[in-house]
Parts: sequence; structure tokens; C-alpha cells
Amino acid sequence: MSERSKPTVSVAAGKGGTGKTLFATSLAVALSEIHPGQVQLIDCDVEEPNADILLHPQITQHTPVNVLVPQVDLDICTRCGLCAKHCQFSAIAVIRDAVITFPDLCAACGVCAYVCPVGAITEVNRQVGSVAHGSTVRGIEFVQGRLSVGDQRATPVTRATGSCNDDSMITILDAPPGTACPMQETIEFSDYCILVTEPTPFGLANLEDSVETCRRMGIPCGVVINRDQAGRPGVEDYCTREGIDVLLHIPEDREIAEAYARGETLADAFPQWHDELVRVYEDVIRSLSQTATAKVEE
Amino acid sequence: MNGVVKQLTVISGKGGTGKTTVLASFAALAEDKVMADCDVDAANLHLVLTPTVVESGDFYGAQIAVRDAKLCQQSGECERYCRFDAITTTDIDELACEGCGMCVVACPNGALRLETVSCGQWYLSETDYGPMAHARLSPAAESSGRLVTMVRQKAEDTAAERGLALVLIDGAPGIGCTAAAALADVDMALVVTEPTLSGIHDMERVVELSGHFGVPVTVLINKADLNAENTRRIRDYCVENQFELLGELPYDESVTEAMAHQVPLVEYRDGPVTEGIRQAWSRLSQMLSA
Repeated sequence: MSERSKPTVSVAAGKGGTGKTLFATSLAVALSEIHPGQVQLIDCDVEEPNADILLHPQITQHTPVNVLVPQVDLDICTRCGLCAKHCQFSAIAVIRDAVITFPDLCAACGVCAYVCPVGAITEVNRQVGSVAHGSTVRGIEFVQGRLSVGDQRATPVTRATGSCNDDSMITILDAPPGTACPMQETIEFSDYCILVTEPTPFGLANLEDSVETCRRMGIPCGVVINRDQAGRPGVEDYCTREGIDVLLHIPEDREIAEAYARGETLADAFPQWHDELVRVYEDVIRSLSQTATAKVEE
Repeated sequence: MNGVVKQLTVISGKGGTGKTTVLASFAALAEDKVMADCDVDAANLHLVLTPTVVESGDFYGAQIAVRDAKLCQQSGECERYCRFDAITTTDIDELACEGCGMCVVACPNGALRLETVSCGQWYLSETDYGPMAHARLSPAAESSGRLVTMVRQKAEDTAAERGLALVLIDGAPGIGCTAAAALADVDMALVVTEPTLSGIHDMERVVELSGHFGVPVTVLINKADLNAENTRRIRDYCVENQFELLGELPYDESVTEAMAHQVPLVEYRDGPVTEGIRQAWSRLSQMLSA
């Protein structure tokens, strides 16, 4: 993060349905009030993108996301089978006279074309998703990736979406659930990761994995406890033990759940949350600058 | 039983709709079954069914490039051809490496090779409700789709060995490789959804994915009283697409309490939700044996 650029904050959750998108969009709305025209929300949950449902953006442009897949010229191909032998993903097979490709399994690494001794393989584009660009009435710049249904390669779409990150803006990244490749691809773009969880055994178990992933990737993280209830101290205790900041508690509240069901953010439905959401962002900035100072002193 | 093992995947598109809660209750209600937790990226079924592991092993789903520094002549070919920015003449970024082997074929000095790495563990366990196959993907690891396929295979093998009639699969959220691997070639997909706009959107995408695999779909609405209009939309959607609506469960706090007590909801407390789940299972088992 250079001195002039503004930080990028990702919002992730090991367990799905803990309120990640609700929090990310609410944070963007609250920040856009005090930093008008300077907030960008990027929805990187390309398998199930939902941020548009809460932010109602006007989409002005769609960019296709393509990956390379092999195309074999059967007139040139000698059926030597070297491509199939070297492909680590079983995405190309030579069976007698036929050469079969499995685009869903292809990693677009280019090994098949590289090893082909007669140059029979060219790599061609295949669309696996798209990125939508637009803005909301509040002036939030909106970016959203969408994986085509039936295509399984979320990672290239996530990468294309996350790379729309504008350094001159305050960027909030809405990450996909889990801790596998698409989540890692997303939080890699960020300076800080906010982990949204709920105080249940499921929430805690998945939070522990998320924290471990952030630590392995060297990304500082803090926790938002959603649907918080008295008498469920598990997540709080874990954070205390591990020295992780609990940034915000959002109570278990049927009214919040109902607002979400209608497609409203916390900031829109309950203006009293504005200051708290802005405060969370300021806490994150403070934590980042302290880490930066500590690093300089080292 | 006609000797054919049926497979049911419980899936949702959106996370947190109650998929695992429903599946854990089915585990308590169904007979002659094996459970497979295929949400390997955020596995939770074991927290309810408290399995005792009887067999386990490393899952070698991925490969990474390894360099023999003695042979490396710093040609830089690896870096030039790697499409994932995973390798330089001095470093290999294990998280970025896809294990494709491009650097291996590009290296003029044979200094690089692929090695398989463990990216998780698979388990075959016993629970009070029957055998269960599950796994743990190492945090920050990849290849979750392949691990799902492996968990399913373990469950199918167990069903075949013990003459069980049913594999109950807990699927992952989303529509990517993990969700797809849990849906491929099953006999039926139960989509657990909720009457939120996101829930509906995500349901539609996972239903489309099921169609992609030719898997018949049935729908269960959880937290159905949260928004009457959205619940109506889901009902209409089922009618339009000729999916049987299996039932509607009300919003209920005791669901999380049961989770905290580590028992399937139907064994924890009787009420409208458990009654709904019982009815859903009774209908679903008819549909599966039809």
C-alpha cells in the first residue's frame, strides 16, 4: 500500500450466510456518506453474487472474462499423445484417432501447446463469466463478477473482478465464503480482512479456518460478530485468546433479518448504525497504520 | 430395497440457509444410509453428528513445482513460461503454483519436478446415526472439487460394502467446483432456500446447475415466515418449473440451540420446524424410492 493510495478492505466469512454481504454493503453505504464519490464496492463472490440486490446499482458496462483453452488442428496433429501425457489436469485426451478436450478441467496453463511437436494446438478464448461495472445513486462505484452457470472455474473470474480495485478509492471487497481458492484470490487484493461470523459452533469452527488462512497469507484480520446473543461467548473468547480485534457486534434481530430479506442494507434500514460502521473502518485504518509504524521501527 | 444405492444432495447456493441442519435431521430419520459431508471447505456436519474416526488418510489432490538448486542454471525459462506468476529463478510461490508442470517442461536443465502435496485429510467415521465420510481441507489449500469426489467415493464404497440404500450428501454453497462435484450424477437435489432476495437469486443459479447435470430438483423453504412476499415468489417459481415444494419451515431460535447442543434438531426438541422436517423427509424418501 503506497502512501497516496487508499486501503482495500476485504469482507470474508468461512461459513456462508453469516451476513458478509450485508456488512460489506452497509459499510460501503455508511462510508459513502462521509467520503462521497470515493467508495468502491467490488463483489468478488462470483459464484453467487448478491451485492447488487442490496445496493441497486445502475450497471453501465459488462466485460467478458475469458480463459484460454486448447484447440487442436486435427489435420496437423499426429496423435502422438504428448499433450495428454503432460496435461496434469486430464483436460486433453488422445483416444485412437480422436483428440478430446475437457475445457472444464483445463487450467489454461499452456503446457499442451508448448509440448506439441508439430504446433497443432492453438489456445483460444472461452468465456467463463463477466464483470459488471456501474454506480449507485449514492455514488458508490460498483463492480461485480459473475461466473457463468455450468462453468466451474471461479478463480479467473474472481481475479478479473478483484483487479478492478481502484487504488485512489476506499475499496470494499465482498469475498466468497469458505477458505479455498476463490476466497484467497479475493483477500489477496486487500490490506485488511474483516471476518464476519456468528456465535454458533459452525460459525466458530469456520472462523478458525479463516483466521488461519489470513495468517498464512500475511493479511491482518478483525472480526464482526453478527446475530450476537447474550450467553454465546464462544467466538468472543476465541478472539480474546488469539488476540484478534472484535470490530463490531450486530445483535440477533428479526427486524434486521427482515430488512435484509427485502434487500435493504443495515445503513439504509437503520440509520443509527452509520456511526458504528464508520467507526469500524476507522479502527481498521488505525490498526493498519500501527502495523506500518511497527514495521518501520523494526 | 432393490440393491441400487440412491444419492441425495442437500444444497442451497447461498450459505447459511439451514442445509446442514436439515441434513443432520435426515441422518437421524433415514434408515440404511451413509452421510457424506462434501462442504469440505467449511465442513460442519461433524459438529452435529460427532463422529468417531475409524479410518483416515492424507488427501494428495494437488502438485507443486520443486526445484533442485544444484541443477538450476538460472535460465529464467520457468519464470518466462509460468502463467501464474508462481516461480522466479530463486523462489516458488506455493500458494500461486497450480502444479501444471509448465516450468518442468520449460526448464532446459531438468532442475524442476512436480511433487504431490497433502492438502487435507479424509475420514471414514461411525456416528450414532450410521457411517459418515468427511474431510478437512487444509486452510489455504486448493483442489476442493477433487476432495469432494473422494469423499463421495468413500461414502459410495461404504454403502456398497454394507448394503446401505442411501448416500446423504451435504453440498457446499456456490456453484463452482466444490458445489458441482457434490451434485454430479446424484439421484436428487434438495435445495434448501430462504425467502430473502439473495436466497432466491442463489437458488435459481444452483437449480440451473442441477439442470446442467440432469439432476431432478425439489425445494424446501426455511425461515418461510421471514418475508411472505418472497415465500410466495419461491412457491410460484416451483410451480412454474414443476419442482415439488417439499415444505416450509418457520423461523425458529431453537435451531441454533440444537446446534450448540450437538444433536440433530429432530432429536433436540419437537416443534413446528421438526414437524416440517419430518414431513419433508417422509415425502422425500417416497420420491427417492419411486
